[in-house]
This record gives sequence, C-alpha cells and structure tokens, in this order.
Amino acid sequence: MTATEYEVIIGLEVHAQLLTRSKMFCGCPTAFGGAPNSQTCPVCQGMPGVLPVINRRAIEFGIRTALALDCTINAGCRFARKHYYYPDMPKNFQISQYEEPLAVEGWLSVEVNGTARRVGIQRLHLEEDVGKLIHEGTLETARASLVDFNRSGVPLMEIVSKPDVRSAEEAAAYLRALRAILIYLGVCDGNMEEGSFRCDANISLRPKGSTEYGVKVEIKNMNSFKNVQRALEFEAQRQAKALAAGERIVQETRLWEADKDYTLSMRSKEYAHDYRYFPEPDLVPLRVEQRWVDRLRTTLPELPGERRQRFVARYGLPAYDADLLTQSRALADYYEAVVREYAKPKVVSNWVMSELLRELPGDDEAAIARCPVPPLNLARLLALIDNGTISGKIAKDVFEKMYRSGEDAEAIVKREGLRQLADVDVLGSVVDQVLGANAGAVADWRKGKKQSLGFLVGQVMKATQGKANPALVNQLLLERLSKGS
Amino acid sequence: MAEPKITLAEVEHVARLARLDLSQAEKERMRSQLDAILTYIDKLRQLDTDNVEPTSHAIPMVNVMREDEVRPCLPTEAMLANAPERASDFFRVPRIIEE
Amino acid sequence: MPRMTGLTIPEVAARYRSGAATPTQVVEAYLRRIEALDPKLRAYVTVTRESALARAEAANRRLKAGTPAGPLDGIPLAIKDVICTKGVRTTCSSKILETFVPPYDASVITRLTAAGVVMLGKTNMDEFAMGSSTENSAFFPTRNPWDLTRVPGGSSGGSAAAVAADLAAGGLGSDTGGSIRQPAAFCGTVGLKPTYGRVSRYGLVAFASSLDQIGPFARDVRGAAMLLQAIAGHDPLDSTSTDVPVPDYEAALGQSVEGRRVGIPNEYFIEGMDPEVEQAVWVAIEVLKGLGARIEKVSLPHTDYALAAYYLIAPAEASSNLARYDGVKYGYRAPGNKDLIQMYGRTRAEGFGAEVKRRIMLGTYALSAGYYEAYYGKAQRVRTLVRRDFQQAFERVDLLACPTAPTVAFKLAEKEDPLQMYLCDIFTIPVNLAGLPGLSLPCGFTQGGLPIGLQLIGKPFDESTLLSAAYAYERATPWHRRVPELA
Ligand SMILES: [Mg+2]
Ligand SMILES: [Zn+2]
Repeated sequence: MTATEYEVIIGLEVHAQLLTRSKMFCGCPTAFGGAPNSQTCPVCQGMPGVLPVINRRAIEFGIRTALALDCTINAGCRFARKHYYYPDMPKNFQISQYEEPLAVEGWLSVEVNGTARRVGIQRLHLEEDVGKLIHEGTLETARASLVDFNRSGVPLMEIVSKPDVRSAEEAAAYLRALRAILIYLGVCDGNMEEGSFRCDANISLRPKGSTEYGVKVEIKNMNSFKNVQRALEFEAQRQAKALAAGERIVQETRLWEADKDYTLSMRSKEYAHDYRYFPEPDLVPLRVEQRWVDRLRTTLPELPGERRQRFVARYGLPAYDADLLTQSRALADYYEAVVREYAKPKVVSNWVMSELLRELPGDDEAAIARCPVPPLNLARLLALIDNGTISGKIAKDVFEKMYRSGEDAEAIVKREGLRQLADVDVLGSVVDQVLGANAGAVADWRKGKKQSLGFLVGQVMKATQGKANPALVNQLLLERLSKGS
Repeated sequence: MAEPKITLAEVEHVARLARLDLSQAEKERMRSQLDAILTYIDKLRQLDTDNVEPTSHAIPMVNVMREDEVRPCLPTEAMLANAPERASDFFRVPRIIEE
Repeated sequence: MPRMTGLTIPEVAARYRSGAATPTQVVEAYLRRIEALDPKLRAYVTVTRESALARAEAANRRLKAGTPAGPLDGIPLAIKDVICTKGVRTTCSSKILETFVPPYDASVITRLTAAGVVMLGKTNMDEFAMGSSTENSAFFPTRNPWDLTRVPGGSSGGSAAAVAADLAAGGLGSDTGGSIRQPAAFCGTVGLKPTYGRVSRYGLVAFASSLDQIGPFARDVRGAAMLLQAIAGHDPLDSTSTDVPVPDYEAALGQSVEGRRVGIPNEYFIEGMDPEVEQAVWVAIEVLKGLGARIEKVSLPHTDYALAAYYLIAPAEASSNLARYDGVKYGYRAPGNKDLIQMYGRTRAEGFGAEVKRRIMLGTYALSAGYYEAYYGKAQRVRTLVRRDFQQAFERVDLLACPTAPTVAFKLAEKEDPLQMYLCDIFTIPVNLAGLPGLSLPCGFTQGGLPIGLQLIGKPFDESTLLSAAYAYERATPWHRRVPELA
C-alpha cells in the first residue's frame, strides 16, 4: 500500500501598518520607537468618555491597495467592535471591520519557478493596532508585564487571502509580491523586523484529490519570509506525519520558534473566543462613492507586476532579472536611472543584481536612499569598461572602492593608476618577456596544446597587475606565437 | 413551568466573557433576574421584522472623517497619573496566564 | 442684602449686568447653601469650592471691565459626574472610578468654560447612568427636595435635585432613556434632552453610545434655552455630532403656539398610571389649546415594544463601553491578584454595583455568539419601527405632548425589582431610540405636593419649537415658581 499523498492548503493573513502621520482614530503620531507611553492621548488610551474619529488617509490607503489588488470595493462599509480582554488593548475591544469590510474578492499573481498562479484575496479591511507588552522575564515565568500604549491605535490594514496557496514556497512568494505592492503604493514600509508587515498563516492538509478542507492550524510569530517558508514547511510535515500515524489534527494556534526551528502549541483556546462583534456606535458608516475611487485610481503608480512585464518587454531582460529588480520600487528606479545613462540593460542588470545587491544591506527605500554609489556613477564606471579604460575585472574592484568611499570611478582609476595598458609597444615588450620566460608553454602551444595560451595571457595580466587590455594581449600573443612557428 | 430563558451555566459563561467574578448567590440571583427581563423582552417576537432594516443611529449620517494631521499627545506623566500600578513609564499588570 | 439665590439663570445674568450682584457674591451664597442643605439632599459628589471661587473672581473682572465672556458669564452650575472635568475627579458614582481624575475636559465643559460658567461641583447619579432613582450610586442616594423620603429620579438625580433645591442656578445631565426628563419631572424643574448629535458627547462617559445625549436643567425654560445655546453645535471630536446650524434658542422663545399642531399619543395614557399625573397632563394640554395650539390625537403603535428593545440595545452597548474598566490604566484595582485573569474578574466584580453588573451581563448575553440576531439584531429592527412611528406622527403634527413618567417620585427603596424600575422610563425611552429632542417641565403638583412633569417631544433638531411651546406654557401657569421648603 502506498502512503497517502497530501495537498497543502494555506491561507495568509497580513497585517500591514499604514504610513499615515497620525493614528487611526486620534491625532497621536505613528512614529516608531518613542519613549514608553509618550505617544498617547485619552482616545488611544481608551479613557472614559473619549470618541474615535476616522483618519481619511487610512481609508484612502485602503482603497488604493484594494484597487491594486483588483478587489471589489464595497459601496458601504463600517467599523465594528471586536471584544476580548488583554492588557495591551485599552478599551478591551478593537475597532475593526467585520461584516462590512472596505473591500473583498481580489487577486494577486504569484510566480514560483517561472509559473504564475492567481491567489485570491478574500477581504481587505482596516483596524487599529494594540499597545506593546513587555514581560518581566518570559511570558511563562514573568511575575508581571508592562504596557506601553504608543502603538495603540496605529492604523493597520488586514489583507486575508483565500485558501489558494499550495506550498510554503508559494506562501513566501505571495508575501513578497504583496509586500512589494504595498511598498510601491507607499502605504506601508514593509519592515518585517519592526512589525510593520506581519503575517499569520492557516495551514491544513487534505488527501490529494479531495475537495474538503482538513482541520486548520494557525501559525503566528513568523517575522521574515525565510521564517514563513520554514515554519510552513515544518508544519506541513508535522501534520503529514500526524495524519499518517492516524492522529487527529487539533484546531489551535501555534507559534513559530525561529531559533528552535519548530512550531509550538500556544495551548490557548483561541478558537473558543466569542468576539461579540457589533457595529461601532461611535462611528458612522462610510459610503465609498465612485468619484472618490476614480480619483484615487488616478494616483496609483505603476505596480510591480506591470513594471516587471515592462522590464522584460522594453529592456529584454530575463524574467528572473525583471522579478528581482522590481521587488522594490526604489531598486527598480535605480536600475532605470542607470540604464538611462548607459544603454546596455542586461549589463546593468548583472551589475545591479550581483555587485550592488551584494553591498546593499537591503533593497528597500531606505537602503537605496543611503546607497553611496549614485546611478550616474555606476553608469560611468560601465562606460570606462566599454571605452577600454579599465577591464571588467578591475571595474569590480573599482566598484567596491566606490561603495566604500563614495568617490566616482574616474577619480579612483586615476589615483590608483588602474588605467588599462593598451599601448602596443609597452605591452609588446611585456609579452616578449613572458614568452621568453615561459619557453615550455610556448612549446606546448606549438605542439597543439591550445589551452596554454590562457596560461600565457594570465602571466601577462599578472605582470601588468591586471591592467593590460585582455583583447590586445590575446592579439599580441597570437601574432608572436604564430610568427615563430 | 416554562423553560428558563437562561440557565445557570449560561450565566457562568457570560460572566466569564464579561470578566465578572460572581459569587454563587449572585449567579443565582442574576439568573432569575435576567430570566424575568428576557421573558419581558420576548414580547419583541410578536413583531414581524423580516423586512425591516436595523437602525444603529437614529440620525443617519455618513463619511465623517478627519484629515491625517498630528496633534499633540498628552504628557506621559498625565497619561500615567491614574495608573493603579506602574513601573517607570509603563503600566504594570500581574502575570498573564492564558485561560 | 439683595437676593443672591432662588433666581433663574436669566435673573442672575440680569443682576450681573445691572451690577446688583457679582459672580463672587452669588457663588459664595450658593456654596453656603450647599454647605447648609446638601447634607440633607446629597446632590453633590464633589464640591469644587476653590476653583468655583477663582472662576467667579475671573468673571467679576470680566463683567466689571464690560467684557463678559457671554450671557452665561459667572452663572453657577451643577455638572453630572458622568461628564469629564480636567483635574476634577469624575466618578460616574462608581467605586471603579472613585479616584479617576481626567486629564481632559469634555467638549461641553470646554464650551461652558469659554462661556464663563462657574462649576460648583459634580453631582450624584445612578452608577454609570444606569437607573431611574439615583439609588444606584455607589456612594449614597440623593433625596427629592420636595420630600426627603423620596427619590429625585435618575439617573441625573443629583443635578435635578440641586437645581430644584436651588443648590445651583442650573445644571447638566445626560439622558440615555429618560435620565434628564424623568428626574426633571420628579423634582419639578425644566430638563431638556437634545436631538442625538446636537450636543457633543466627547468626554461624556459612555453608557449607550447610540442613545446618550447631554442636556440642561434649569428652573425656567429660558435658562434651559441659554444653556442649550452654549453647549449645542458641531464638534469634530465626536463623529456622531451633526453639522446642522444652531438657531438662536432665546429668540425662538418669542414664537407663538398659535396654530401649532400638538399631537397627543394614545399609547402614552396607559392603564395603571397615576391618575393625578394623567389629570395634570390633560389639563396642561387644555392650557396649550387655550394658547391657540391645535390638539390632535396620534398613534405611536410600537410604543409598547420600545422598552424591550431598549433593554437589549442599551445594555449591549454598555457591556462594550464598560469593558475598559479593568484595573490596568485608571480607577479601582482589586488588591492581591495572583494573575491577570483574577485581577480582571475581581476588579470588575468589586468595582461595579449590582445594576451595572446586571446590564453588563444582559448586554454581553445579547451580543454573544448565537444570540446576536435574535436579540441585538431584532432590537435594532424594532428601533426602526419605533422611529417610523414618530416620523409618521410628525407628518401631521409639529410636536407631541404627553406625561414624562407614569408616576411621581416614589419612596426610596420602594422599587426593588429591576423590571419595575425599568418601567419608570416607558414614556421617555422611545424618544432616545428615535434620537428626538424631548423636554420635561412642571405641569402641576399632586395633593401630596409632588411635582408632575409634562413631556414635549419634537422633530429632529427642532428644539426651538419645544422651547417656544414650553415657554408659552410656563408663562401661562404658576408651577415653575413653586419652590421646595428645605430649611
Ligand atoms: Mg485583525
Ligand atoms: Zn492618541
């Protein structure tokens, strides 16, 4: 008997912190990292008698995102209260959306190994964040916990996918694509470490060919794409093993323990929550008029998917390159700025993907903004290769130096005397010396061992500290070798 | 006697949801009082409301929003002044154990 | 020495203008009266003596310089302790907020402060505004100035009693199901619940958000109009506050009742109501007729269901609004907890009184999984029916006249059964469900000397018509001039 093969069913829930200046329902700033309880007011601390007022920009960010994800934007939407007790939630209810979310029914194209699939978006809604808890010790051993309400009331956008994701790899690809869109829209900075882009996943298994869903487990605490992939891979295997052993999967919430490489049950009756949702009586409904949506549509930038296609069509880039270069709007902008000055798109792509990304700490706006090599300087470096001033190999060293010092390529080449040796007389005498000193190799070549030419080129390059023009070296060696035969 | 509208077990469940530690006597009194109120409220069933929209606000309004402008926060000290217990600039609560 | 108390708000204001009295003299006289009489009445939870004197001084200076902050400059008021006052503890007459000192003012307080009003103190109430007798205060019950063995009504019983007993020239209350109008009727003052959205709720400690509204108490209609003028209007801090222009209410008092169509709702004259109340209200309707009003019978067929709907909607919203009292950020925390769950359960069990707990339980139940549609959802649909009744009636009439409450003030501890207490509000609750303005004013006294209230109900944002009809009635009758003997 063959073992049952299982299909993995994954749904993803993303909470993205919106890049508004003020909080969702009050005027406190959203800036990260303030001193504890220094960014609060009676409203976001849930004091008696206070009332929320909706931040228009948060709603507009939601609408723009919904448009980018091809969602249906509900003509009427409203906020609801979601009740549960926790000390980081000042009112003991969260203002969220429930039966009438901002948008539903969208999709996102996700590519894994060159094949694109559509992952459905079930809903997109807005809500407020909670405060931060610090435990005096670990959660299990702490005698007390401390509460900081600075984050309380920061606007969040929750985007829930349909259970359309079929592998851990695809989950990571979905999150990458979604994050790129949010960053392009300028609605979220996508920073996973600081928690401005958070993801929870629901995962279940079912026998291949079955159409019913199995019992799902919710995974939390995955704060990087790598962790999402590893956690889901682990969980899929854990469930498969359990099912194979005839065990029942328990509906529960499990935490991903990144340093231990496994998921751990929270032992909480999370699923037994009774949130007692009802329409938030302190807020009035929103009517999202078509005019408003149309106006916001005109503000949408070119999105990563479109840009990727354009990079393939216009620059003739392979899909892999286009995908990588369009992950971040800033990186794609950088790439295009170089291409405008140096019109060999594939060469530029190679340089950006290998040399630049090796040096940069990330591909986000902040990393690109701080990049010490502006696009023009990279373009001029590449031009120096083309006009024979330096070799491609030397150029890589020059680039490293440019990155460290912020200087431009010409200055480094000049100061360090890296200009390529292309003088036939000077180079000719070096070639003669090398031929004289390597009679064995010359003899080999003449006997038909053609690879000894490479050795001789290497010797010339060595003698000139890499500055010799390789094409010229080749030409001079061949001239002399064939003459002497 | 008619079916009770609410059982003691339901009272206990609701008290847990509402985070109210009720004594046994309170629970029993609560059960009978809620029972009487719910019995009274049952008169609503006489009304056919199938085609009636709910009213959540008597004075209908839509689209009340504020511009995304930062306004001054209150000083940390003012926000912590009422705290039953604090540790430096944090609110302090007893250990959290899941139910 | 001229009289400093026993005056209506316009009378005090006139004395300030003529120089016959200064705010300091009047405020000092009120503080003396409070000191002498409040131990009997117990209307105040907190008396803000120092700040009152300081604010009176400031008003003196403005008036003397001929630059008053407005018509209410220097007028001493009693504020229900459900309205947040910066630096002055705001308790909602609950143990759970006994020590709470808000770092902010409610919007109505900001407005009144700008208008130069002097707050004498914060008044007693049913805990979190839940009740109809002010017996549900965690501190002490307030007594009715007309008979100290009786309740002042509630939940704004402290403000109503303070104004009736002349321990303030006027006051503010809040009304979720009748909490201004019913105590106004029981104490023989004017009380006005404005249209939902007319007055900002920012800083009003929420009981039931979709029903709550702040409104004035005064000993005459003009005083109520002046107070409403000062607190009405759009507030960007309250999303449910409306941007409808605020008319000149005092100017509206001049409008005649002649030709006004006054509807008398059949369903507000019920079996079992106090015959003296019914009698007085019918006589009052005759007075309005005599003033030229056209009296018409109308029907509000869903009246009988309003109370049931209210006792789902209000507790549901309350259970949510009161979730924040958990011992973490402010207010009471039960001592010696081994963990958070225990702290929550004990803090809330010890911090809330019986009626509040009952409503939290009822509301939590009505919202809980499986019951939402049958209870909360159903109640919101019935609310639509109640609202439609009024809309249909207002197609034919300009305002409605009816009793404020089915009885006069009852004895302390007389109503032990919660449901019996809830029935006190059958004539006021429908008005909150429909968001309409309602006004209660004295329309007579029982043989036993207890005041009776006439309720006028208006169209949305038409407080002017209510005030003008009330004013015409008041000028034609002597009731507002009667004062309780408290010495
Ligand atoms: Mg959420
Ligand atoms: Zn705030």
